[in-house]
Amino acid sequence: MSIKVFIPRDTVSLAHNGEKVSQIIQAEASIRNIDINIIRNGSRGLCWLEPMIEIETSQGRIAYGPVEVSDIPALFDQGMLDGTEQHTLYLGKTEDIPYLKNQQRLTFSRAGIIDPVSLSDYQAHDGFKGLTRAIELISSTNSGQMIVDEVKLSGLRGRGGAAFPTGIKWQTVHDCSPTQKYIVCNADEGDSGTFADRLVMEADPFMLIEGMIIAGLAVGATRGYIYLRSEYPVAHTILNEAISGAYATNFLGNNIQGSKHTFHLEVRLGAEAYICGEETSLLESLEGKRGLVRFKPPLPAIEGLFGQPTVVNNVLSLAAIPYILACGGQAYADFGMGRSRGTLPFQLAGNLKYGGLVELAFGTTLRDIIEKFGGGSASKRPMRAIQVGGPLGAYLPESQWDTQLDYEAFSAIGAVLGHGGIVVFDDTVDMVEQARFSMEFCVAESCGKCTPCRIGSTRGVEVIDKITTSTDSTALNAYLELLDDLCETMIHGSLCAMGGMTPIPVQSALKYFPEDLPQIKGFLISPTQQQR
Amino acid sequence: MKNSSQHDSTWDVDLIEKTIKSLKDKPGALLPILHAIQSVCGYIPKDTISLIAKALNQTSAEIHGVISFYHYFRTSPSGNHSIQVCRGEACQARGSRALETYVKGKLKINYHEKTPDGEFDLTAVYCLGNCARGPSIRVGDDIIGSVDKNKFNQIINTLTTFVVELN
Ligand SMILES: Cc1cc2nc3c(=O)[nH]c(=O)nc-3n(C[C@H](O)[C@H](O)[C@H](O)COP(=O)(O)O)c2cc1C
Ligand code: SF4
Ligand code: FES
Repeated sequence: MSIKVFIPRDTVSLAHNGEKVSQIIQAEASIRNIDINIIRNGSRGLCWLEPMIEIETSQGRIAYGPVEVSDIPALFDQGMLDGTEQHTLYLGKTEDIPYLKNQQRLTFSRAGIIDPVSLSDYQAHDGFKGLTRAIELISSTNSGQMIVDEVKLSGLRGRGGAAFPTGIKWQTVHDCSPTQKYIVCNADEGDSGTFADRLVMEADPFMLIEGMIIAGLAVGATRGYIYLRSEYPVAHTILNEAISGAYATNFLGNNIQGSKHTFHLEVRLGAEAYICGEETSLLESLEGKRGLVRFKPPLPAIEGLFGQPTVVNNVLSLAAIPYILACGGQAYADFGMGRSRGTLPFQLAGNLKYGGLVELAFGTTLRDIIEKFGGGSASKRPMRAIQVGGPLGAYLPESQWDTQLDYEAFSAIGAVLGHGGIVVFDDTVDMVEQARFSMEFCVAESCGKCTPCRIGSTRGVEVIDKITTSTDSTALNAYLELLDDLCETMIHGSLCAMGGMTPIPVQSALKYFPEDLPQIKGFLISPTQQQR
Repeated sequence: MKNSSQHDSTWDVDLIEKTIKSLKDKPGALLPILHAIQSVCGYIPKDTISLIAKALNQTSAEIHGVISFYHYFRTSPSGNHSIQVCRGEACQARGSRALETYVKGKLKINYHEKTPDGEFDLTAVYCLGNCARGPSIRVGDDIIGSVDKNKFNQIINTLTTFVVELN
């Protein structure tokens, strides 16, 4: 019997020589005449351990990591294939690793366990149970309403950033009279510091496909698109493999699994434009145009892709659907706090020792998650600022780290949870530089449709440069006030959150870290600065 | 910028026409067409634009407008190796600002430039999904993590040696 060896093929593993590691392990086994069967699984999301190799033993899967090519001979010599603990990279039984054990994985329950493109693996781990139930619900009533109701019951809110209730969005599309409708998956994952969508697509793509088919059944849509950022070449390959597998086994196409339902699915690549993550810009892009943001109304749910009723949902929203259908909306709603139901896959990134994916029910505090999982800063220096929710999210000083991870709790402190990205900075960070970067990013990524965003951000960079080079306190105060005015104009005069939220990181950086402003004798933080 | 003003004979008209033909009837065909051309040629040659416009019943100006909107599409030939440095915040928190400065110095070029020997071109990118293990760079379709100065030098050396061997 050959020994099963799992070597992830996800981006983080490959970015750390995972392909080479896999080849060398195969070669080493051949030289030693050992029969092994390498399975290229997805990642468990313990990013700092990649490539993390697992061996299937009679006691379960045993992990080693992070494995480098140079470790391989010693790993073989020291009994890796028997799962012994001799080698220093030995991590024990994978499922007992505290980082994994202390999570509440609903969406990521299969990640890293299965071969992402093996349909039989997927089905052996509860795959397509949600779809089966959805088909039952729709056949018994001849309507998708019961599926929509299940999603409403779950309390699921969109995971792309805006946290709009998914069930209500689906209801709107469901209620549009029968016509060509679309399901569009927003896989643009533009927020730096986030990678949960990528992990879904690279570790468990059938779950996303299943979620999209269910969405199609619920609202009466027969065609779907996954709009994937071009920065994710690995996800692109894996998604396409999974989609052709699903077509070959009739989970996609006409008369899915002998039912009367049809669903076609295709991946479309973006082209490095952050704004194309905004849903209407995304739709323009899918239609083959410049990604200019559309005025709303009409809502995409009513007039979306090619003018037709369209569900636009984030990868994580759609990936939560199979569980909700299989186990019931209530089972999902039993997790979480307040109006934030279920779990959110948080992404620990930046200057942390143990960066990775942590799926937890809403409600733990930021400090808790950082302390329990993060392992301190990677640089071993004190942590100073945490940016939550992507490039449009606030920089939080330590005094705010006890905030609960919950949509409402975050908005109460002027911050956002967004897509769940948590980026940690140590004390070498210059917060004025970070503020400048936020404006610069807006310059680079604005779609250009409205002036406050397009011109405001350019002025913002200039004013911040003047702030940094100010030599007297009067000038400094004047520039700070000017920046405040500019931010207000952007907040109130922008069509979308690109211009409307760029001031959040800018203002939070300056408000909570004023010590990074030029230390000019006689300079007091201006009254407006203090009030904010 | 000698290359971009020369008349291009580096691409195969028949192949491009075939590519356009195979994609033009897809709904919203323009981005798939541009991606296909760029993956064949490494960029969107100027003279392909009128071919695309004709196939899609649009004006060349419209096609141009779309190309220029997206950072990914380029209208002049890339280097033998396209290097992208991640400027996202998570990479910044792990030292990408210093790496960025180093890379520009090492290659002696800025973003959107190409080395004189045509070996490398350099662009910025905002997140490659390797945010827990940055700084990250992308070379062609390979994403590489935990890049510091030494690792960057190694990468460059391997890439240049490889090309010399081929010649
Ligand atoms: C500037 C900007 C960028 C956005 N980027 C993304 C993105 O990368 N991925 C995403 O899912 N949603 C993104 N959104 C949110 C989408 O507009 C939209 O709310 C979301 O796709 C809806 O799906 P959901 O309800 O499942 O979250 C962005 C919004 C804005 C304003
Ligand atoms: S705020 Fe910026 S990105 Fe949004 S529509 Fe206006 S110009 Fe475009
Ligand atoms: S921020 Fe650099 S890879 Fe995500």
